[in-house]
Amino acid sequence: MNPDFLRKVFHSMLRARILENKLSSLYKAGKIVGGVYLGRGQEAVSATLGTALVQGKDVFAALIRDQAGRTAFGEPLIDCTRTYLGSVEGPMRGRDGNIHRGRPLMGMPAMISHLGAQVPVVAGMLFAKRLKGRLDGVVGATCIGDGATSTGAFHEGLNLAAIEKLPMVVVVANNQFAYSTPNNRQFACADLVERARGYGIGGFSVDGTDLLACASVICEAVRRARDGAGPQMVVAHLLRLSGHGEHDDGSYVPTALKGGHYGRDCVEVAIRQLVGQGYADVDEILAWQEEFADEVQRAVAQAQQESSPDPYEESWTALSTTFPSHL
Amino acid sequence: MTYIDAIREAQEKLLGEDDRVFIYGQDIATFGGAFKATKGLAEAFPNRVFDAPISEDAMIGLAVGAAIEGMRPIIEMQFADFSSIAFNQIVNQAATHFYRTGVPIPITVRLPSGGTPGSGPFHSQSMEGIYAQYPGLVVLTPATVSDAYHMLLDAVALDDPVIYCEHKFLYRWLKAKSINGDHLPIGQARISRPGKHATVVAYSAMVHEAVRAADRLQQDGWEIEVVDLRSVKPLDLDTVLASVARTGRLLAVGEAFPWGGVTAEVIARVTAEGFHLLDAPPQRLNARDTPVPYHPKLWAAHRPTPESICDALRRLLSF
Repeated sequence: MNPDFLRKVFHSMLRARILENKLSSLYKAGKIVGGVYLGRGQEAVSATLGTALVQGKDVFAALIRDQAGRTAFGEPLIDCTRTYLGSVEGPMRGRDGNIHRGRPLMGMPAMISHLGAQVPVVAGMLFAKRLKGRLDGVVGATCIGDGATSTGAFHEGLNLAAIEKLPMVVVVANNQFAYSTPNNRQFACADLVERARGYGIGGFSVDGTDLLACASVICEAVRRARDGAGPQMVVAHLLRLSGHGEHDDGSYVPTALKGGHYGRDCVEVAIRQLVGQGYADVDEILAWQEEFADEVQRAVAQAQQESSPDPYEESWTALSTTFPSHL
Repeated sequence: MTYIDAIREAQEKLLGEDDRVFIYGQDIATFGGAFKATKGLAEAFPNRVFDAPISEDAMIGLAVGAAIEGMRPIIEMQFADFSSIAFNQIVNQAATHFYRTGVPIPITVRLPSGGTPGSGPFHSQSMEGIYAQYPGLVVLTPATVSDAYHMLLDAVALDDPVIYCEHKFLYRWLKAKSINGDHLPIGQARISRPGKHATVVAYSAMVHEAVRAADRLQQDGWEIEVVDLRSVKPLDLDTVLASVARTGRLLAVGEAFPWGGVTAEVIARVTAEGFHLLDAPPQRLNARDTPVPYHPKLWAAHRPTPESICDALRRLLSF
């Protein structure tokens, strides 16, 4: 395993964790309007995927628990704080909020709330790149949760990607709960990865709390897709270490699950692994923590100082075409 | 040249002139489409016309992704009715995208719309009012061979998502010598038939039913003006108001279900903006409030017909 790669992944995990702890505090202090959705517990999976992709070439359709992956892919922290805090300078300009953000022309489509819907969009971006003769060596990826695997959009999109043999990686973060609904009310197969065979695509199952395992498995899936083996599905097993959103205390999660294997914190596991393998030392990690806390503080402060959108300046048009005003 | 020939020719021209255009839909490649709107195009343009799986949601999702990448996809829904499966991608993904991200989504969704005898509840629907309700979509309803051609070219040229409602009844029934026409811009209505006693506002196949009704009433000395909206969103209220100013009476006719929709929008806007122009309460005539029935006798009585339009006009004229 490449130590530089692992350190990069860990940087994004740590940045995301520190940023999201701050977002949670801001929400609880009433400074964020709307929801706050954390990727706590999913950082190893998400950051590995984001690090394995190349911004400017690949596509990454992040979903709600992908702060770590967004950061790893190259989204600046300020895009996040501006969107959460409603700055008009952000990519969504106050027109959409929180995790519903992106920069589509930079390979980061902006998610809608309807789960599974990004799967065919990523497929379409890859399909177009093929038509333009620019697909060589490109990968498109998206993350979704266990709940989204029950949607028609997920099935339609993945089947379509399989038919077209597109270089696509779909990471399913099975965090045990879709909002409050447990796995046994969501699907009946033993492991969601069994579905990959039905689609005729590659399938991997991985412990999402284990950075080294994620790095090995997700990178292999990305490599296969990049090398022309068609779509790959990775099912990462983990536990959501927060509520669905910060409005939800997640009290329905059984204590036994929290105390079980998947209840362990992937950031703590990663620190043990990095230090244990000699890829990083404790002082270094403490220094990163300080550095990233400072970055987060600056990104929050800047977004807080910026203007909010002005309803009187808003164009109030959803079309890019200008038709005569009387229409 | 039929209405469907015009749609096919427009697509042939688009594929020939613009590398960004491709067509995606069910049974449209080698088979040439359920209605043959893409006949021969897959052969003439290799790797530009693709069969899709029966996955309407994913078809529009793919189109949105391709549009982000700078392409101009045309999506053929086999029947407008099936676009209900793609509803989410159309109204939440495609229609919101420019407002949210600043990146336009130039996709054209072709909806074979409206009723034909024997087609029944799930191959007959008119969905223009549903899509027009959502911000971020342009909704076109061509009623002539020439408009079918030019408005499809215009639709693909627009940077916004376009719902192009093509009427199945007009496919082979409606013929023209050529596709020249007046080439009005998108968003401008046309006076299909001038008159002075009452205005009928219609669109798509109902334009022809309204003209027939007007022809019949002419025998009784009534001169009925028929306005073809052409585009239901944007809606050309100026042309409608100018017509109502001439006639003082308004009947809005649509083939869609009666609750809300395009005819209600026309009446609401004319009432609000041109109340002083009206000599009688404005009226609307739509399909009945049941699913579109299968049997030709029931179907013919479900949608507005020249007879029912004449009846409505006579009541309007006698007010």
